[in-house]
Amino acid sequence: MTTPAIPVAIQSDARASRGLWGDAVRRLVRNRPALLGLFFIAVFVLAAIFAPFLAPYPPNEGSLVNRLQTPSREHIMGTDLQGRDEFSRILYGAQVSLVAGVSSVVVGVLIGGTIGALAGGIGGKVDSVLMRVVDVMLSIPGILLAIGIVAWLDRGLPQIIFAVAIVNVPIFARILRGSLLSLRESDYVTASRSLGASGSRLLLRHMLPNSLTPLIVACTLALATAIIDVAGLGFLGLGPPDPRTPEWGTMLTDSTKFLRQAPWLLFFPGAAIVISAIGFNLLGDGMRESLDPRMRR
Amino acid sequence: MTRFIVRRLLGAIPVLFGLSIILFCFIHLLPGDPAQAILGQHATPERVAAMRAYMGLDDPLWQQYLRYLNNLLHGDLGASVINNQPVLKELISRFPATIELTVAAMLFAAGIGIPLGRYAARHAQSWSDGGVTIISLLGISIPVFVLGLTLQYIFAVKLGLLPASGRIDPRANLEIKTNFVLIDSLLMGRPDLFLDGISHLILPAIALGSIPLAIITRITRASVLDVTNEDYVRTARAKGLGERRINARHVMRNAWLPVVTVLGLQVGGLLAGAVITETVFGWGGVGRYVVDGIGNRDYFVVQSTILIFALVFLVVNLLVDILYAVLNPRIRYA
Repeated sequence: MTTPAIPVAIQSDARASRGLWGDAVRRLVRNRPALLGLFFIAVFVLAAIFAPFLAPYPPNEGSLVNRLQTPSREHIMGTDLQGRDEFSRILYGAQVSLVAGVSSVVVGVLIGGTIGALAGGIGGKVDSVLMRVVDVMLSIPGILLAIGIVAWLDRGLPQIIFAVAIVNVPIFARILRGSLLSLRESDYVTASRSLGASGSRLLLRHMLPNSLTPLIVACTLALATAIIDVAGLGFLGLGPPDPRTPEWGTMLTDSTKFLRQAPWLLFFPGAAIVISAIGFNLLGDGMRESLDPRMRR
Repeated sequence: MTRFIVRRLLGAIPVLFGLSIILFCFIHLLPGDPAQAILGQHATPERVAAMRAYMGLDDPLWQQYLRYLNNLLHGDLGASVINNQPVLKELISRFPATIELTVAAMLFAAGIGIPLGRYAARHAQSWSDGGVTIISLLGISIPVFVLGLTLQYIFAVKLGLLPASGRIDPRANLEIKTNFVLIDSLLMGRPDLFLDGISHLILPAIALGSIPLAIITRITRASVLDVTNEDYVRTARAKGLGERRINARHVMRNAWLPVVTVLGLQVGGLLAGAVITETVFGWGGVGRYVVDGIGNRDYFVVQSTILIFALVFLVVNLLVDILYAVLNPRIRYA
């Protein structure tokens, strides 16, 4: 009998494995771009939570005397057309983006995950029908689908959340279905099936927990696109119905008319959107690398 | 091969069918009355009722759906609520602008993304590879409208190098034949107008192409890296082939497959991005048409444009699948 070959990398690693998640976290904190992403996300989340304490001025109050002021000591990001403090509006805008972004991904993953779990878990006709529905949803280009939904459901934060969620549904459904399908033929699932485990037990106990990894990575990356899509809807005039709401995309629409006189109205909301999107993209990439066993070095 | 194409064509039919049902439901099941929308908020209930009867909105839903489907199959996409112009006619006159923009964006994205990805793969784990990674990260993180406005500010407002919006100098008297500015200007024998059209195209194409550029760069890098580590590449190197030959014959041939797939998938993203890009740059294409349609609550315009976009997307995906099968014989016989 021969002794099984042990990869050199594992032999030399003095620390024992702490399970998938323990290992993943350890690799994640060593991944500098992911930590930078986490830092950006922390800034974004803290800005949203502590906006009422951090904002030097109320977001919706300003006087026309102060309109379109360049950034200064009093208004570090200048003022907008109505003389409102741009910095305070950006802080409050983080609340809208955070709430809309996170809720849309949660709603999307609940609907998409259910579709994917049913399709991949049950298979057969259910799978074919559900996947055709997903194909139909995928055939409408992302933001256009969101635009259509908000246009018909009327403007409002819940509508925006639902619209952006629907854009992500087919993506989540496909990812979960894909990983469930690959697990169905795996040895341990076959083993517990032969031990007499029921279909629902197989799905809930054995397959789902092992197929969540790609979905979690996809959720993190989807947060970046969700923030961009929410701002995109705002930019197209489909943002929250109250025009005073400090929403980053809506704020950018105002900047278009004053690009020459007040470029800071473009620069600051634009930077806020980009930085939060970069944060989630970096973290998502880092998570993919640290959760994917093939990436282990 | 023919069997493969026929199978894929048949597969697209249920998707289109499903799409028509969803778009039909959009108009008929969700809040908002098309008859009211056509007549305006101040119409009397009698007029709205008469309009509903005229439009057949009181018929059973399945009858309405069959009528809608019949119209669609006869090329009748309905008329704009605002000016009563047939939607199809408007779409045909506007599509060239969108095609011009998306093709330019795709050329920009593929023309830079593929060489950049190859370069990064060849210099993997180096500083220049890191630079390329940062560029592609920025590409996917900067929304089209932020990049578009920033480009406008830098190159049009500050530097005055390129025009900020429109497809051609409004003073230019371009004879419209094909609605493609670049083609029409050449047909007129006016290279100056052609160059003017190009200068108008640069900023929107860069803005629209930035996300595909980032994705194409990433995929090309990953795909080339994957193939470079294959045994047959090592074999080719071991038997003494030159790097150029290894790259052309062994690496790129196999690395193309994921790149081609992603190029096709980007078309959907480009069409969606065109909606926003056209709004930023005042580009008179289909994207602008649909945004205006939403602003005016012009149901048929929005519904039909989405259907056409989806159709274009499906056709492009079909072409990509076929090209994929040509490039990769393993798919054909699967």
